Amino acid sequence: MRFLPHTGEDIKSMLQVVGADNIDDLFSTIPDDCLSKDDLALPEALTEWELDSHMSALSDTMAVSPDYKVFMGAGSYEHYIPASVSFLLGRSEFVTSYTPYQPEISQGTLQAIYEYQTLTARLLGMEVATASHYDGATALAESLLMAVRISKKRKVAVSRLIHPLYRQVVRTYFEPTGYQVIELPYLKNGLTDLAGLDELNDLAAVAVQSPNFFGCIENLKEAGKKIHNKDALFITCFTEALSYGLLKNPGSQDADIVCGEGQSLGIPRSFGGPALGMLAGRKKYMRSLPGRLVGKTKDLDGKRGFVLTLATREQHIRREKATSNICTNNSLCALAAAIYMASVGGTGIKKLAGLNHDKAEYLKQELKKAGSKIIFESPTFNEFVVEFPEGFDSVYDRLLEKKIVAGLPLTEYYPELTGHYLLCVTETMSKNDMDILVREVKL
Amino acid sequence: MKETVGTTGLILNEPLLWEKGKKGRCGYSLPRRDVDFFSLDQELRGEGPDFPDLSEVDVVRHYTRLSQWNFGVDTGMYPLGSCTMKYSPKTNEKQAGLSGLAGAHPLLPQDLSQGTLRMMYELERYLAEITGMDAVTLQPAAGAHGELTGMLIIHAYHKNRGAQRSRILIPDTAHGTNPATATLCGYSSVQVKSNENGILSAESVADLMDEDTAGIMLTNPNTLGLFEENIREIAEIVHSKGGIVYCDGANLNAVMGIVKMGKIGVDVMHLNLHKTFSTPHGGGGPGSGPVCVKKHFEQFLPVPRIVEDKGNYAFSDNYPESIGKVQAFHGNIGVIIKAYSYIISMGPKDLKMASRLAVLNANYIKESLKDTLHLAYDRPCMHECVFSDEKQRDDHVTTFDMAKRLMDYGFHPPTVYFPLVVHGAIMVEPTETESKEDIDKYIEAFKAIADEAKENPDLLHNAPGKSKVRRLDEVSAARKPCLAG
Repeated sequence: MRFLPHTGEDIKSMLQVVGADNIDDLFSTIPDDCLSKDDLALPEALTEWELDSHMSALSDTMAVSPDYKVFMGAGSYEHYIPASVSFLLGRSEFVTSYTPYQPEISQGTLQAIYEYQTLTARLLGMEVATASHYDGATALAESLLMAVRISKKRKVAVSRLIHPLYRQVVRTYFEPTGYQVIELPYLKNGLTDLAGLDELNDLAAVAVQSPNFFGCIENLKEAGKKIHNKDALFITCFTEALSYGLLKNPGSQDADIVCGEGQSLGIPRSFGGPALGMLAGRKKYMRSLPGRLVGKTKDLDGKRGFVLTLATREQHIRREKATSNICTNNSLCALAAAIYMASVGGTGIKKLAGLNHDKAEYLKQELKKAGSKIIFESPTFNEFVVEFPEGFDSVYDRLLEKKIVAGLPLTEYYPELTGHYLLCVTETMSKNDMDILVREVKL
Repeated sequence: MKETVGTTGLILNEPLLWEKGKKGRCGYSLPRRDVDFFSLDQELRGEGPDFPDLSEVDVVRHYTRLSQWNFGVDTGMYPLGSCTMKYSPKTNEKQAGLSGLAGAHPLLPQDLSQGTLRMMYELERYLAEITGMDAVTLQPAAGAHGELTGMLIIHAYHKNRGAQRSRILIPDTAHGTNPATATLCGYSSVQVKSNENGILSAESVADLMDEDTAGIMLTNPNTLGLFEENIREIAEIVHSKGGIVYCDGANLNAVMGIVKMGKIGVDVMHLNLHKTFSTPHGGGGPGSGPVCVKKHFEQFLPVPRIVEDKGNYAFSDNYPESIGKVQAFHGNIGVIIKAYSYIISMGPKDLKMASRLAVLNANYIKESLKDTLHLAYDRPCMHECVFSDEKQRDDHVTTFDMAKRLMDYGFHPPTVYFPLVVHGAIMVEPTETESKEDIDKYIEAFKAIADEAKENPDLLHNAPGKSKVRRLDEVSAARKPCLAG
């Protein structure tokens, strides 16, 4: 086996040093009734070349572009990834290192994550950002728990227009805690209805997503006022990080904690993971943040360097009193996002986000002209809800045969929205792709 | 000190991203605009983030230089105890990058995602076979996330029986994530002391176990690299009080094909695919932390589950007692593909051989260094061994100093100051992918450092001297945090 370097001679001479006759002797401390008597029932080993064909065959069954046109977003977006990003991300000094506990020989990871934290803080308009979380959903759950810790109140409210799967994760995380999670309904215009807040007291935090699950851009400033009036922390959430190239960032609209998904920033969709949980906050809450943080410092000669810092919040120091149990996070995904943000740049991200908006707007208008209903009137980014005429199910299936996935059916997540689909367009869809979809829908 | 252009050799200095570039540059090929501009309410528009503008060359040089300041498994031996820094096969990266696997949307219709579903289903079966458990979820994103999932399952199990419990037993050798996870589930941690041999005795568990205790969370082999020999008896004690045995599978690399945890009393366990199954650590993730359970806990696993019917694979949400979801989608599939590729490349014989050689390598280091470093527990170890700085104390040299000096010899230090039960711990886990020659060099380096400790301890106190930076001021980093530039 090419990953196992030991020759028979090596094994023999090592056993001599150890003072054992054979390798089995080394397992003598394991009681006999704990030892497995049978061989593992697993398939026989494949050669590298057999593995190639096996994996290619699995890969070939998957519906992906350019073969398929997938008008589906809902928290996982197709964006072009420059070859330079993938190439740099493959540098094995980054890929094969551990969490940078030994800073002198991990300055590459540490500076890169410090830069990631900085770019993230700038993107979201916040003061500090963490090194990474697993995904947008767990970042939201950890943000809500953080708010509970800060405020010492036991109730949180979340908009029903936060990604339904994120809300499921929040429920799972909150189930054993005894803290209450309340859902806020939505209005006819596709925005969160905050009127119910008046009735609620003792709220630790209220979380709103923008652009929300329907793609609609929330009025965060207004929401923030109402939420702060209730003396609750204002948490904003996002699934499409690229939108802040165009839209006002949450920090400028008084968010206290911002969290969401960074997959759009140079990370392939990979069937949903690994993704990138982004989390940022006001500096005054810095010591309550969950997860890793990289800070700037100096070495013995006064040279700039970087270290993991504020570790007294973390599990390996604080154990049962830690702010989170997180250890391994999604560091390499944060690196991908940093390289992507650096590549696109300040000027580029505005243009790219604008192009995303305009392409989605084009499809929205064309579908409208073709007789489909856009039921929520609020402005959207990249995604929007379409009500197709009755009997669209069979059209949807016919389109699948033509290698077009016409959005995500919403019934499963919002039973009141039968016949409604969430469509997504990014820069990867050409006008021609969209025209074909419109034509097919009209037929 | 004044910054110079270079340090030593080819380790060039590199500014921060925003200290580079010029307004108007772009390192990205903007896609063609084939639609008109559409207006957006000025109230909603922002100014855009203050990112630097860099060319593609600026970006490539920046990150290439940064990468050169990093030490990885591909750079050299990286024997971090409890982290299993084995070699990550290159073909696995290639498989995870296949366009059908890397490009797939997680909510695709199931008929259009059979390949990934099949891969996930098969990996679940393989992990069940390796652990001797009955059912598996691949959803958790990392080891600690797997622990959380496992604890939530235990919480749901007790709740379902109508009698929630308030405590959980955790050995004093446990990873910090164990008590932190228990807290997230509302359990208070009760510490169980390990005995003079470094393992748990059945009596100490029996003394603490009661009907208000949800179970025990142990690591086997434990963090001292020792097999918990009394596991069967401990499991019986815990079960007799209605408790559950949770196993942290961080150290599974010692016993693949040798011990099946599901057959010796463990009810729920998590694995770290980024340790045992060769997926790279990525400078701190992404990892993957599948959870394996015995039959009677299956109904609590996260949804959706993957079900198979005559070669067709589908997701099913039809598990009303499930704990719900722990990630938005189905898990870290990009990582899972690499672990799957590893298992089918190794096959049953070489997986077992990997564990055998991992244990041989660790025992070889233990025997070769036990005259140089104090050995905390002088008995056969599994995949890792734990020394301490006791022999160097008279030289006024600490574990920390020796670890830093190892860097000058071109090695990554072992895990230090953990487990907490050994004062000044030095925890070495070579893994099976290190050859005898490389291990011999590591041993030689440690011996040379021990000599230096006697003859010229300042060499150690001032180490490292050959790295990009010297010792860093961590105290002021935490006192006056600067987390963004």
